[in-house]
Amino acid sequence: MFEAASRAYADAGIDDPRKTVDAFVTCEEDFWSGISIFDEFTPDQLGGVYKPVYTITSDGLIGLASAYMKIRTGLFDIVVVEAHSKASEIITLNDIINFAYDPIYNRPLNLNPYFLAGLEATKYLHKIGGSRYHLSLIVEKNKTNALKNPLASYASKITAEDVNKLKPIIEPLNPLDIAQPIDVSIVVVLARSDIAKKFTDRIVWIDGIGWATENPSIENRDWSNAAYARIAANMAYKLADIKNPAREFDMAIVDDKISYKELEHIEALRLTGGKNVLRLLEDGEFNIKGSLPVNPHGGELGVGWALEASGLVAVLEGVHQLRNEAVGRQISAKKIVIQSWRGIPTTTGAVAVLTIDN
Amino acid sequence: MKTNLNIKNRVAIVGAGLTLFRRRMLDTPKELAWGAVKMALESAGLDIKDVEAVVIGSAPDAFDGVHMKGEYLSDGSGGIGKPTMRVYVGGGTGVFTPIAGWWHVASGLFDVVIAVAEEKMSPAQPHPQYVFKHIWDPIIERPLGLNLIWIFAMEMHRYMYRYNIKKEDVALVSVKNKANALDHPAAQAAGKITVDDVLKSEILVWPVQRLDISPVSDGAAAIVMVSEKIARRLTDSPVWVEGVGWALDSTHWTNRDLSYPKYLEVAARMAYKMANIENPRKEIDVAEVYDPFDYKELHHMEGLMLARKGEAPILTKEGITQRDGDLPINPSGGLLGVGNPIAAAGLMKVAEIFWQLRYEAGKRQVKKPVYTGLAQAWGDLMQVGTVIIMRGG
Repeated sequence: MFEAASRAYADAGIDDPRKTVDAFVTCEEDFWSGISIFDEFTPDQLGGVYKPVYTITSDGLIGLASAYMKIRTGLFDIVVVEAHSKASEIITLNDIINFAYDPIYNRPLNLNPYFLAGLEATKYLHKIGGSRYHLSLIVEKNKTNALKNPLASYASKITAEDVNKLKPIIEPLNPLDIAQPIDVSIVVVLARSDIAKKFTDRIVWIDGIGWATENPSIENRDWSNAAYARIAANMAYKLADIKNPAREFDMAIVDDKISYKELEHIEALRLTGGKNVLRLLEDGEFNIKGSLPVNPHGGELGVGWALEASGLVAVLEGVHQLRNEAVGRQISAKKIVIQSWRGIPTTTGAVAVLTIDN
Repeated sequence: MKTNLNIKNRVAIVGAGLTLFRRRMLDTPKELAWGAVKMALESAGLDIKDVEAVVIGSAPDAFDGVHMKGEYLSDGSGGIGKPTMRVYVGGGTGVFTPIAGWWHVASGLFDVVIAVAEEKMSPAQPHPQYVFKHIWDPIIERPLGLNLIWIFAMEMHRYMYRYNIKKEDVALVSVKNKANALDHPAAQAAGKITVDDVLKSEILVWPVQRLDISPVSDGAAAIVMVSEKIARRLTDSPVWVEGVGWALDSTHWTNRDLSYPKYLEVAARMAYKMANIENPRKEIDVAEVYDPFDYKELHHMEGLMLARKGEAPILTKEGITQRDGDLPINPSGGLLGVGNPIAAAGLMKVAEIFWQLRYEAGKRQVKKPVYTGLAQAWGDLMQVGTVIIMRGG
């Protein structure tokens, strides 16, 4: 956290966060960190001692929404958001994910926690008329894109045909359909617009942000429709005055923790413009050189699963793209949409619209 | 603390709800949360469909035994299909939850927000204290096998030594709060006890004895927070959130002066500045101060600058903190009397101030006229102070 914070403060031109920053948000879950009351261990390394510091037990993009609201109140000028993953210290990752299932109805089944992803993927592919091969195309695209991203841990020059040959672990998903964990800490500095202008002339604006939770009950939710992403997108688009999302964005970063989710999220964000999402995928429209590049950094399948920092991995790539710093994978982008999901078995996600001035 | 006072939107509390506080409740955590939310909505004259966003507060996941407790609680909290967010500052969460609710509304993004706090401590085995074995630095402290009561015993000892406070003077807080709780319908640990009862109760870690400490509890609390335009439509007696403040001290609790909660003073100054309070001792009419241990009520009164350093036991002894006193503290009965389902206990305090400022506290209503009230909570490694200041309409 200290290293990421130091780099973020240097990037923002903040000399002493203990004097400059008004509040700090960290994003973490106790069970990921192996500590009860994780937020105890946050203030020192961020420069937040004797400052308003708190934790939200959610994804970094929802942490960003929390900071965004605080600035809008008028009480805070500069707010810092931190999220991280130290997944390499988790010995029993799947057992911890199982603890997120309902303790009475679901957990006693003691299944591989990704059983739900297998069921959802099957239902979703059936609904849209897709096949196992379409999932492999997403894996190929994202792992190949990640080759150009120096932060990516799971980049690979792999073809959809090779992915298709792998043995499934939970039908229809094979090991490459599921993002693998990484360690990372990401820190983002937010400021009120007039304050931000004093720090930099390369400001990335949050034009809109939204978040939502659907039904936590796995028996009562829609298995083929990412309603949380649709609700969050509606909120973000309303704030950002986005009327036609399929036409207005130069690129999209959507959550692909599990391959089928990329397509589900693209649809929920209304990025297809009424066209068939499978045809767009087959035609390469989501590739770096396509009409709407999706996950040019490699997504989570290529970069890795950053636990609660997943949303900030997307923000980081968005900032790099908008500031023209995404060397090797640069897209000419002025307005982008980013989206995160908290992973199995949750129905919580967030959407943000980021822009940069000409 | 730099506090910007360009706040654009006023925020009001218009309803509150509370479950029973008990040990080994049969209700699931979701059911507890919904019980409180339903009551809060009904008291505000609203329906769950009117709610635009939900803020959930709950302390360690290990108590309820669920990973991602905010997700688990989201349906019981009324959050399905809505922007829902769980916030967390350990034991300070209960007062922090309405602070987060405040910024949801004050941001201008939402007009009607539910702030709900739930805790079900009973399921933790072999005893809820064991959850606290995992709150320490995993390298430096956890191997010592520390118990939470041990460090509070150190703090209590230091506080008593620094200001030459007698154990019987601290015990007066427990006597007062447990007696106050006799009038609280949700109370778990109300009782008419004496100082002698406290002093003769089982020693846990000297100087902490059984009756110095709040119980293990299950329960939930909720409030409805709305924008000014909605408040004016719903009620003639909204309670306005006029000040919020919170601050974290360093993780390294061993390096700080345990006799005075400086972090709480920082949090209080932030809230007082926002509420334009210059002399809290005179301007706060009633306060719900966090009292998981009896000495903490005294400690926190001083951190909140409601008493000078070392003066809180004197005010208590003189009866000034009684319900009919000049500065009523914990008229609800506090955590010592009503119970301590951690996050829910903090929000219970906010609900009590809401009822006090609306003159709806029944037998618990303080004698003096009340216009400005304060609720406060505390937590983490003796590290965080959360403060909210409310005013009647």
